[in-house]
Amino acid sequence: MSTIATRTAPLVAPVPADTTGVHARPGLGRLVGVELRKIVDTRAGFWMQVATVVLTAIVVAVRLLTGDAAQHTFAEVLSVGLKPAAVLLPVAGILLVTSEWSQRTAMITFALVPQRSRVVAAKLAAALLLALAVLAVSIASVAAGVLAAAPGADGTWSGAGTLIAQSVVYIGGGMLTGVAFGMVVLASAPALVALFALPIAVSGIVSLSFFGDVAPWVDTRLSLAPLLEEVLSGRQWAQVGTSLALWMVLPLLIGAWRIARRAIVV
Amino acid sequence: MVAARVESEAAVMIEAQHLTKQLGGRTVVSDVTFRCEPGTITGFLGPNGAGKTTTLRMLAGLAEPDGGEARVLGGRYRDLPNPGRRVGILLDAAAQHDGRRGREALALSARTMGVPAARVDALLERVGLDAAAARRRVGQYSLGMRQRLGLAHALLGEPEVLILDEPANGLDPEGMRWMRGLLRGFADRGGTVLLSSHLLAEVEAVADRMIIIGGGRIQAQGSRDELLATTGTLVEAADVAGLDAALRRAGLAVHPGDGGPRLVDAEPEVVARAAFDGGVVLQRLAPAEGAGLERLFFELTAESTHPEPAGV
Repeated sequence: MSTIATRTAPLVAPVPADTTGVHARPGLGRLVGVELRKIVDTRAGFWMQVATVVLTAIVVAVRLLTGDAAQHTFAEVLSVGLKPAAVLLPVAGILLVTSEWSQRTAMITFALVPQRSRVVAAKLAAALLLALAVLAVSIASVAAGVLAAAPGADGTWSGAGTLIAQSVVYIGGGMLTGVAFGMVVLASAPALVALFALPIAVSGIVSLSFFGDVAPWVDTRLSLAPLLEEVLSGRQWAQVGTSLALWMVLPLLIGAWRIARRAIVV
Repeated sequence: MVAARVESEAAVMIEAQHLTKQLGGRTVVSDVTFRCEPGTITGFLGPNGAGKTTTLRMLAGLAEPDGGEARVLGGRYRDLPNPGRRVGILLDAAAQHDGRRGREALALSARTMGVPAARVDALLERVGLDAAAARRRVGQYSLGMRQRLGLAHALLGEPEVLILDEPANGLDPEGMRWMRGLLRGFADRGGTVLLSSHLLAEVEAVADRMIIIGGGRIQAQGSRDELLATTGTLVEAADVAGLDAALRRAGLAVHPGDGGPRLVDAEPEVVARAAFDGGVVLQRLAPAEGAGLERLFFELTAESTHPEPAGV
């Protein structure tokens, strides 16, 4: 056989060094657009976003139709009105990653974009953009509701600007935590269970007196809740930082490493 | 093993060099070496679990080889800046989101690789998915429709190379003929096709070259004509024991089988003389065109279905 001999000869492969025109690498902006589209172009994804918006409107309406008028401040209604988004957005974040494995589209996605970190970056950016869009709609419904119910009362709008800014951290952090859990687990159901059960388990453990007052530093349910209720102190911001480092940044790093390393076998 | 005819002058579009891959402590691909040239259809043939899919995954950069090299268009697949425009890949037609519409599944990939949306509609038409089918969710597709969608997907970026894993699975006979025509046309225009299959007849019908893999190793490769033109004679008699005895007496090598035709490593005339000398009446005597290939493939398949055959 002449196989050995031909190995020494240079391969004559017609590979142009052309990396322009149609052969140029797809830009990150285009990839983000594709990932955003993936969130809403499936039946489940589309209806989940519709459900978030509708539930927000219902929650805001109920909050304003009950209780006394003194509680119908922007701050009070906002902390309730963002709940649907806070719960459902991380679910969309998980599915944005895990559906690639459960629906086996990862083979297509990574065959078209072999630099896996670019896909991960596009998914994170798309998740954040979706979170911001849903947050904007939710805040608009809260504001519209408050305007309609108690427009003139004193203090209705106090702290509104700060709370809106803080809600970006609250919703954005929750969204990225969802994506991160999806990236670590790469399977929808276990990721969902982990996202909702793990924090409860951990907060149960750290609330034991043995751990002293470590809880607000590691428990996102304690550290993030004030973001929608009050203007945060420096110490509270530090607690937001440490708890998000544990629940969001660490899983993101583990998940990114996992996706980059493992074979795409689905 | 059938020797490969290597044309060192021709361009190499797909090349596997001593590819090796272990999964879970088991070697699923072992020292696999082959190359595909422009204008040819290469059939990658082997029973299920032979290592075909793992090899194709390594070519597409989805799995990292433990040893050897996988090259597409002269380099690593991963280094292609926009691979969809040069290599069309269909690794599993079932791998599409069930909740996504057929047209949208293609449109997403078209957007990713920068292909105009108009091409999506043109391809849907070309693979025989009408507007109603394109609007339906992939979850409602039959396997045959998924294969058509998958082929459209592979052709989307107007690639030079096609890598297709079991593309005929789930296609009806008419669909298979259509696909063969499509691939033939693609190769005749200078394209390179590598397709896998676990069915010999399917590959025989379309491939110019064949690579036969079993147990993770290449068992034979070469042009279709080389592999089919095995020497030997098929011979059959009602008196099987008498035939065997006669062939033995003549000193001819007989490939064992239980009943049915025997494959003998000799020219028909020699076999006929041996039978005549033994006084055995023959029912059939024919040159064994492709019988060797069929037997090799049958043995590979039997091994893979019965990993631990009964003792000798």
